Amino acid sequence: MKKQAIVINPKDNVATVVDDFPPSTIIHFFVGQSERTVQLLQDIPLGHKFAIQEIKVGEEILKYAESIGLATTLIQPGQHVHVHNMDTQRGRRDK
Amino acid sequence: MQILGYRRPDGKVGIRNHILIIPTSVCSSTVASNIASQIPEAIALPNQHGCCQIGTDHEQTVRTLIGFGKNPNVAAVLVVGLGCEGIPIRETAAEIATSGKPVEVVIIQEIGGTLKTEAEGLRKAAELVRQVSHLQPEKVDLSELSLAIECGGSDFTSGLASNPASGIAADLLVAAGGNVMLSETTEFIGAEHVLARRAKSKDVAEKLFKIVHDCEERAKLLNVDIRDGQPTPGNIAGGISSIEEKSLGCIYKAGHAPIQDVLRYGEIPQGKGLYIMDTPGQDIDSITGMLAGGATVVIFTTGRGTPTGSPIAPVIKITANERTFKMMEDNMDLDASPIISGEETIEQAGHRIFEEIIAVANGRRTKAESLGYREFGIYKIGPTY
Repeated sequence: MKKQAIVINPKDNVATVVDDFPPSTIIHFFVGQSERTVQLLQDIPLGHKFAIQEIKVGEEILKYAESIGLATTLIQPGQHVHVHNMDTQRGRRDK
Repeated sequence: MQILGYRRPDGKVGIRNHILIIPTSVCSSTVASNIASQIPEAIALPNQHGCCQIGTDHEQTVRTLIGFGKNPNVAAVLVVGLGCEGIPIRETAAEIATSGKPVEVVIIQEIGGTLKTEAEGLRKAAELVRQVSHLQPEKVDLSELSLAIECGGSDFTSGLASNPASGIAADLLVAAGGNVMLSETTEFIGAEHVLARRAKSKDVAEKLFKIVHDCEERAKLLNVDIRDGQPTPGNIAGGISSIEEKSLGCIYKAGHAPIQDVLRYGEIPQGKGLYIMDTPGQDIDSITGMLAGGATVVIFTTGRGTPTGSPIAPVIKITANERTFKMMEDNMDLDASPIISGEETIEQAGHRIFEEIIAVANGRRTKAESLGYREFGIYKIGPTY
């Protein structure tokens, strides 16, 4: 099967899709060597991220095994993770 | 491994043989470009600065113009001054001439107007052509190559594929004894701790943390938010959600070698291996700084696609976004999308990039070169007075 999504590091809590996928699609991907599936709750455009586990408000979004920002809402597995529900912690005048 | 290169009088090696016309002020830029327009082999820098700059900005402009003149891809230089600008015209030319290459000067206010200066400039530039046009590239060791690595118009494919593949090519060049430069301080934000682990010494690690800290503090000082400019709207549309995410993807492009030192904007490294240069994330300013630092070839990874070239060095454009490669094939040199589709490994693509660098060093023109794209921009920190 053609690759659908990539999890860069097993510590990550998001996957990046390599095509456009509509809601309800069951996405197959690998976390390290083990294959997993998550059903998408929303449209995920090419190159965008979805949560592969529940992420609570204030928790780190992990990609490359590093924090890329904090969740600003509760994020369910299969939800789109982007600027609407996460925020950078760097280069801000308010911090 | 050997490549073809032009050995300059100072021993450094270039892979192109350009005649460069350098206006020391924005006020002499049109005269410089008028001279270049009549000399087929000459290129004029579109300098937008050079006067009424103070402190670091003045120093950076001087360093950049001198660095371009000294760059081994340049065989000969004509400096075009107005006469009253802040940049010291004759000192700039004299510093370039320490490299041993032929350097000439024309100054508009001394010669008496632009028309006489253009005539005198043409005469001198044509003479420079005759002085360096017979130079032939010779076989030199690959370690003579100096590679600048840039990324721009990033999307999700940059961090996943084209940047790590470029990192493989960078590692191969460092292993061969060559020089590699990584820049774009803005795009270290959130990833500096990962890079700092590879610093050669504690001192180098501290320098790295300092340039990133200073970059963030400059934004705060101006009461602006880096979020307003980074990630760019195109980055966000392409799936990048934060500067941290962009940075973590960016740093992969320089591979895994130890970091020898942190250079100021436009500073020439004193040794071989991987160096970091303090530049903004903006592509043109960043590439300009690395070329002033002596880089002779550039690899440029992109997700969204960009036409960027340079006045004096080949810029090899790489994308791992299949749609971008198809949409912008006029501008893309190398398709790394087989990494994303799973048909090629990052290592295999990295070797392809390395082979492309060798071919370009040996004379193959990049798409940006063949189309005549010559972007140039000197990084500017403060106001002009």
